[in-house]
Amino acid sequence: MRSAPRNGARVRESLDMAMTAAAFDQAVRLLMLDDGVFLLKRGQRFEPNGLKPVAPLFEALALYDVEDVFVERESLRGRHLTTEDLVIPVRVVERADIAGLTAEHDLVISC
Amino acid sequence: MKYAIQVNAGPCSAQSARTAYQFIKAALDKDHEIVCVFFYHDGVYNALRSGLSAEDKDSVPPWPDLADKHGIDLVLCVSAAQRRGMPTTGADGFRIGGLGQWMDACLKADRVLVFGG
Repeated sequence: MRSAPRNGARVRESLDMAMTAAAFDQAVRLLMLDDGVFLLKRGQRFEPNGLKPVAPLFEALALYDVEDVFVERESLRGRHLTTEDLVIPVRVVERADIAGLTAEHDLVISC
Repeated sequence: MKYAIQVNAGPCSAQSARTAYQFIKAALDKDHEIVCVFFYHDGVYNALRSGLSAEDKDSVPPWPDLADKHGIDLVLCVSAAQRRGMPTTGADGFRIGGLGQWMDACLKADRVLVFGG
């Protein structure tokens, strides 16, 4: 996932897809890249313009057996974030290791 | 080879729907099999047809032809369509379905391609 939280419908639908895959007994992992790391940022709140926080959606993922969440170190660092700023525990991967990580999986779907 | 295709962009907002269509035509020409084309996110707008002028019709890939001529399963995600206020009946050539059909197609296919990710 690499888009910022403002596109709420897209985020919700992407997570629906991840949860459906988990319901089909598939092992699902999420990888946050670029502005996608903001999806997990603490301190999201309801905005007067109607935008809703998306972080709670990610907090609920563990209930659906989607527990492995990866975040790219360079994406975090470039946005002045650390894992302390995120709402769920994540595994941090180096950009150089992303290709190897994706190659471990049978299916890769970008959202 | 068996392909499952996901289309995530509307025909007016990006090139990717047309690219997907052209990929599918090329794959069929080479005797590959398309197990499913799943329309998700803004890709559901590909099923809107009514009220288009003749000129605009040309800008939307002729998806129903793939169902008519090649028997391809065009699946429109019902929840994505409803979320966008789209009618979920009477979309010519499209079948109303959900993520379950998409997962099923992923598991049957040799390759999964996402257009407009």
